[in-house]
Amino acid sequence: MPESVADSPLSPYHQAAGARMIPFAGWNLPVHFSGLLEEHRATRQAAGLFDISHMGQIRAQGPGTLACLEGLLANDPAKLKDGEGHYSFLLNERGGVIDDLFIYRMGLEDFFLVVNASRHREVLNLLKTKESPLVRFAGSPGSAVGMALQGPKAATILAKLLPAGTALPQRNRILRAKFDGGDALVAATGYTGEEGFEIFTDLQAGPKFWNRLLETGKPDGLLPCGLGARDSLRLEAGLPLNGQDLSGDITPVEAGMGFFVDVTRPRQFPGRPVLETQKKNGPPRVTIGLVGEAGQAPARHGYPVFLHGKRIGEITSGLPSPSLGYGIALALVDAPAPALEQPVEFEVRGRRVPAKVSKRKFLQGR
Amino acid sequence: MNTPEDLRYAKSHEWVRMEKDQATVGVTDHAQTELNDVVFVDLPKPGKKVNAGEVIATVESVKAASDIYAPVGGEVIEANSALTSDPGLINREPYGNGWLFRIKPLSPVTDHLLSAGQYAATLKK
Repeated sequence: MPESVADSPLSPYHQAAGARMIPFAGWNLPVHFSGLLEEHRATRQAAGLFDISHMGQIRAQGPGTLACLEGLLANDPAKLKDGEGHYSFLLNERGGVIDDLFIYRMGLEDFFLVVNASRHREVLNLLKTKESPLVRFAGSPGSAVGMALQGPKAATILAKLLPAGTALPQRNRILRAKFDGGDALVAATGYTGEEGFEIFTDLQAGPKFWNRLLETGKPDGLLPCGLGARDSLRLEAGLPLNGQDLSGDITPVEAGMGFFVDVTRPRQFPGRPVLETQKKNGPPRVTIGLVGEAGQAPARHGYPVFLHGKRIGEITSGLPSPSLGYGIALALVDAPAPALEQPVEFEVRGRRVPAKVSKRKFLQGR
Repeated sequence: MNTPEDLRYAKSHEWVRMEKDQATVGVTDHAQTELNDVVFVDLPKPGKKVNAGEVIATVESVKAASDIYAPVGGEVIEANSALTSDPGLINREPYGNGWLFRIKPLSPVTDHLLSAGQYAATLKK
């Protein structure tokens, strides 16, 4: 049965602001407001506000929570201190990615997970099979609001809305904050390569925070941003997207994210044997960055990649970079990885177009 | 949405200005709005022969690449080179300096194309 498309709790405000809405992972979300390029630029130079209510917010609580999550996640949640978060994966038995996620430790045996919209139900259902009197998982789609405030002015704008003297979280940390009109979790995380915050709250307070943030940030150049800019910003920062750069057939090591898989601890977790082997002997495929030339067609998802005329893999994500003015792409290719600066080609509309191997983080110093 | 009366239109959102020996082609105001900021164009070379309805060019925004179909068949005589350095012309002047290419049509008949009113009606669905 096809899943129906749900409106974000913030949709009425997006529509009133003239956003162009598109269906995405079962949600009706803004693809852009004023325009992708303008929103991208605002986030790099001032600040952007993104509706991330579609992202799954899952709370895990009970005296057996840590033990349960240790046996499920690829990065070790036992490393987290109260108020700390890290990037992690839920893997299948082949070491492929079911979902990439962020997990925060809120307190002793109390964790908060943020998962992709497209995998929310699947992840929640999987977690529910591990429920016991010792651990409970809560957080269905549509039950919460999330927004990401990103960019060099994000801290200045957020501070104006919090009671005077409230400390902002440090990078990858989360804290409970009291706004005028409600409570929220504020994490110093994001998906743009900029400094910024993700704010998680309930259905009542969400719209209030969204509108007050937009209003408060306006003099600083804050713009509401859509999924279009979210994608171009994350790719410039070299951050993977599940469903493109990650999938059930791609391991974190192949995606270049092996750092977030901990095989030094004794505890077993799904996919561990595969990841251990790949970390020791190297993976069969590797994810590389590719940069094109200005005035050439940009590489896009699915385009084949060639080295010395031989097909070595394909583009997983690619677009014309608004900040750089040429095409950037991630490509999954056969190991060994071609060296940095190595000329390669990709095929677009039956033509071979030149590109060069680059770092995956396309914007330096971010 | 602006749809000038003196042009003919294809359902796939291209416009055509028929002059005596040439047909100038671009994308409609509606199309440029849907595309959002155009950042790259792939245009046909002069001399290329094309049938009506075939893919002849590609217009890319940051988000996606969109095919452009030839509204009339014939031979390409010119591509708009100004778009190479300033593809945003398509957004700013879709019916003017944002034109894409010119074709020497095989036939002056454009009965298969829509009038401004007919095209505008297809957008209201």
